[in-house]
Amino acid sequence: MDYISLAVETIFINNIVLAYFLGMCSFLACSKKIETATGLGLAVMFVLGITAPFNWLVKEFFLRPGAMSWTGIETLAGLDLSFLNLICFIAVIASTVQLVEMVLDKYFPRLYTSLGIFLPLITVNCSILGGSLFMVERDYTFLETSVYGISAGGGFALAIVALSGIRKKIRYSRIPEGLQGLGMTMILTGLMSLVFAAFSGISL
Amino acid sequence: MATATHKIVTDPLSDNNPITIQVLGICSALAVTVQVETALVMSIALTVVVSCSNLLISLMRNHIPSRIRMIVEVSVIASLVIVVDQVLRAFFFELSRQLSIFVGLIITNCIVMGRAEAFAIQNPPGKSFMDGLGNGLGYSAILLLVASAREILGSGSWYGIDLFGENFVSLGVAVLPPGAFLILGVIIWIQRTVTRNFKDD
Repeated sequence: MDYISLAVETIFINNIVLAYFLGMCSFLACSKKIETATGLGLAVMFVLGITAPFNWLVKEFFLRPGAMSWTGIETLAGLDLSFLNLICFIAVIASTVQLVEMVLDKYFPRLYTSLGIFLPLITVNCSILGGSLFMVERDYTFLETSVYGISAGGGFALAIVALSGIRKKIRYSRIPEGLQGLGMTMILTGLMSLVFAAFSGISL
Repeated sequence: MATATHKIVTDPLSDNNPITIQVLGICSALAVTVQVETALVMSIALTVVVSCSNLLISLMRNHIPSRIRMIVEVSVIASLVIVVDQVLRAFFFELSRQLSIFVGLIITNCIVMGRAEAFAIQNPPGKSFMDGLGNGLGYSAILLLVASAREILGSGSWYGIDLFGENFVSLGVAVLPPGAFLILGVIIWIQRTVTRNFKDD
């Protein structure tokens, strides 16, 4: 049950875009069309679901204080490499994305062509690195990290698809000149974030 | 030459502001702006990182093979961010706790990467440093504006100084995430109307 409530909390209450402002750049740039938004949302969910547990393993067995005691070498066991967290995580993310891209290209060409252009973009999407950093800050276990990764990505997908739907609806509305484009999108996101804030208090 | 350098620094402050016009680096602009103090620390951190990364990448620009330049850029930026993060932890521990993961996220802040790609990779070090400085300051200006608005409306104070006394009724939404989006939206609206810059993303 804990895992379900963690998932609900991450998707609705602490939505990674609307409550933590992560991944805003691509959230704003790729929400003009519903198809693009869906593609990017799925790709983020996919990559977050893979990199968060992977980074957990890297942290647990190499970087946290005393992590390398499994090697049995005393000098290694005493090391605290947690200051390398950032650079290792970003390296893991970049290489995972590359690897995922190659595997998809070989075995799932249809999925690859639909996600293709978004995968490289995702390396610099802050929600991916943010997911890994939150995992460290909140001391999640391996299973919690996996659930967190997938549901944080799901929250991103939900928010971006919803926003692209709204943007499609207001295409013919009369908006003051200075507010068109980015300004209006920010205000729409604000309203959406207000709506999602109403979920707080739900717990399973 | 003097005017050209001058323009590199002043241009990103308003006409080509990284946040409101180029739409880069919005994530952290919203997350750390509940108080002016955290926003100020974040602005300084980002300005330092973007100017130094521009300088370093520009110094190395003739030696980086173009195929792997992204990886080189990311590692330069990540190393700088680690230095900033460690300094904050050592000397301003409370603030670094409040900033939480957002100092680390400077790595994926599109402003830093964007300036490295768009400017530093093909310009001499001096100019690149100034460009980084200008963009950092443009980012800081918006960050401090949003933070001032949120702290004054939401807590009735500025930089921790109480402004209105006890009878102030705070606007609760300003300190919540939705308030950040709404205030930034309004700032963008005002800026684009004043500068008549309607070029869209």
